[in-house]
Amino acid sequence: MSLADQLVQYVIAGLSGGLVYGLVALGLTVIYNATGVINFAQGEFVMLGGMSAVALNAAGMPLWLSAVLAVAIVTAVGIGLVRLAIYPVRDRPALSVIIVTIGASLVLQGGAKLLWGPDAVRLRSFSGDTPIRLGAGGIEPQRLWVAGLALLTVVAVHGFFTWTAHGKAMRAVSLNRAAARLCGINADSVVALAFGLSAATAALAGVALTPVEMMRCSQGTHYTLAGFLAAVVGGLGNGFGAVVGGLVLGLLEALSKGLISSGYARAIALGVALLVLWLRPQGLLGRRR
Amino acid sequence: MGTEATPLAEEPTTPRPGIRPAKVAGWALLCAIALAPVVARSGYLSSMGCQIATSAIIVVGLGLLMGYAGQISLGHAAFYAIGAYSSAILTTKAGVHPLLALCAGAAASALLALIVGTPALRLHGHYLAMFTLGLGIIVQIAIEQGKRLTNGFDGITGIPALDLGFICLDSDPRMYGATVVALVGCVLAARNLVDSRPGRALRALHESEEAASACGVDVARAKLEVFVLSAVMAAVAGSLYAHTIQFVSPEPFGVQFSVQLVVMMVVGGSTSVGGPVAGAALFTLVKQLLQDAGEKVRWVGYLDTVLFGSVLVLVVVFCPKGLAAVRLPAILGGRTFVGETRGDS
Repeated sequence: MSLADQLVQYVIAGLSGGLVYGLVALGLTVIYNATGVINFAQGEFVMLGGMSAVALNAAGMPLWLSAVLAVAIVTAVGIGLVRLAIYPVRDRPALSVIIVTIGASLVLQGGAKLLWGPDAVRLRSFSGDTPIRLGAGGIEPQRLWVAGLALLTVVAVHGFFTWTAHGKAMRAVSLNRAAARLCGINADSVVALAFGLSAATAALAGVALTPVEMMRCSQGTHYTLAGFLAAVVGGLGNGFGAVVGGLVLGLLEALSKGLISSGYARAIALGVALLVLWLRPQGLLGRRR
Repeated sequence: MGTEATPLAEEPTTPRPGIRPAKVAGWALLCAIALAPVVARSGYLSSMGCQIATSAIIVVGLGLLMGYAGQISLGHAAFYAIGAYSSAILTTKAGVHPLLALCAGAAASALLALIVGTPALRLHGHYLAMFTLGLGIIVQIAIEQGKRLTNGFDGITGIPALDLGFICLDSDPRMYGATVVALVGCVLAARNLVDSRPGRALRALHESEEAASACGVDVARAKLEVFVLSAVMAAVAGSLYAHTIQFVSPEPFGVQFSVQLVVMMVVGGSTSVGGPVAGAALFTLVKQLLQDAGEKVRWVGYLDTVLFGSVLVLVVVFCPKGLAAVRLPAILGGRTFVGETRGDS
């Protein structure tokens, strides 16, 4: 296989992995805009989505139904998290809320370990494993599923924020909380909606990803960190930037995996992202505040 | 929901009446831990005591960072690892004196903390937590992959005992004694820092960053100093760990341990001396109990993460100053927590 063909494969893998990071980052951004804090349990939604889809599928449900149910379950978990853990500390300093989300991530991770054990699991691919020919190499069809679903979700989230009343209410809260409340927007339900929405998008990413990358209960932390770095590289608070940041991070990881070292790939991607923040804390697309 | 960077728990400005059982328990535990291996001459107790004291050293540093700089670190296992691996590599492969290796580890940690902390602490908000989480993952990958230096997953064996010249710490109880001395040293250093000029600056900072800044406190620098200090403490703990176990492998230095350290700190309470020790002791004992039980019934061993996570959430919600701040009358009177918010203090 020529270098050009290999590069094409790395780029495709990077873009589909990057879209997943972008989706997690988008969820983080939605929550950040609604509450002003970073949700450290965001990656656990990805893990839970994948793991519960595998469990439902193993219980005999058809693939599509287990995927849909998995997303629904994780959405419910996200809203439950707000009601049980976030509401009681919503008037406290940001640090309290952050520590609560760290605790929540431990509970979700530990719950998954208790339910399904610590081993990695894999979901059946949505449309078989026969690679699609592309030049001298091929790509796994599941990668296209991942990329397609992620793109659709991004478009859907964009549509939600542009055209629906709930989306507009959420944007209003992130712009000016007090003014939004004066206009009759219920800030509490906006927070619940934010968590539900971002849990759903993260879970969808997890379901789509589990056939290509194995999923295990300790995997969530990686997605939280990658999603956060993607969100800040793109400029924290900017949904479009979050997706772009995710793509940058995914490409970095896939290219360093292929061209430099598979063992160090994650470290290189994280290191470069941290370096970007060091040099340009407002992110690539953000403006200096 | 607050968006400004303020610490989780605030120390009361006036001494409050009432006996704090958890504080007494913390001191009692400290004494008990310090004496147990001597009384029982048990290797098991010594190694438990070592684990508790080592974790407590790191938690003291984390407590300073959270209680006074209002920041949390999710990467202190990395500094711990740097201390342990510096000691391991320098003593086994370069024949450096253990004490010198310990200092080298501390210096390397301080340098890394400086590099990571400088940008992260200048930013408003909680970037430090994510920066340190990233650092933790990178350091772990480096340890696993840098096989030439660290032997990867196989780990480094044959780390020599810590020889102080007048005494060689070649047994568990002796090593344990040294760890307790180091812990007491760190606790005293932390107390002195709190009562010194930089300490007052830090307290001013935790009341109000803007006010402190207006009074001439270099906010970013004060936070950075605490962060570096806590990294040094973690590195020293790592070196002591390496000389106690005489073997290091990547496993105990993962992100999980960083998060567990935060649990110990929050549960124990960050603004008192007994808090970190009580938190570390409680956590280590429960973890060990679950691990032992898990060998008989498998799912009990898997309970740990869920349990620590729920305790963390419950403590933040109901007892934001940590268990060390719970007072006896409060428990008897039915009040479950002590926690003035910013408004009424």
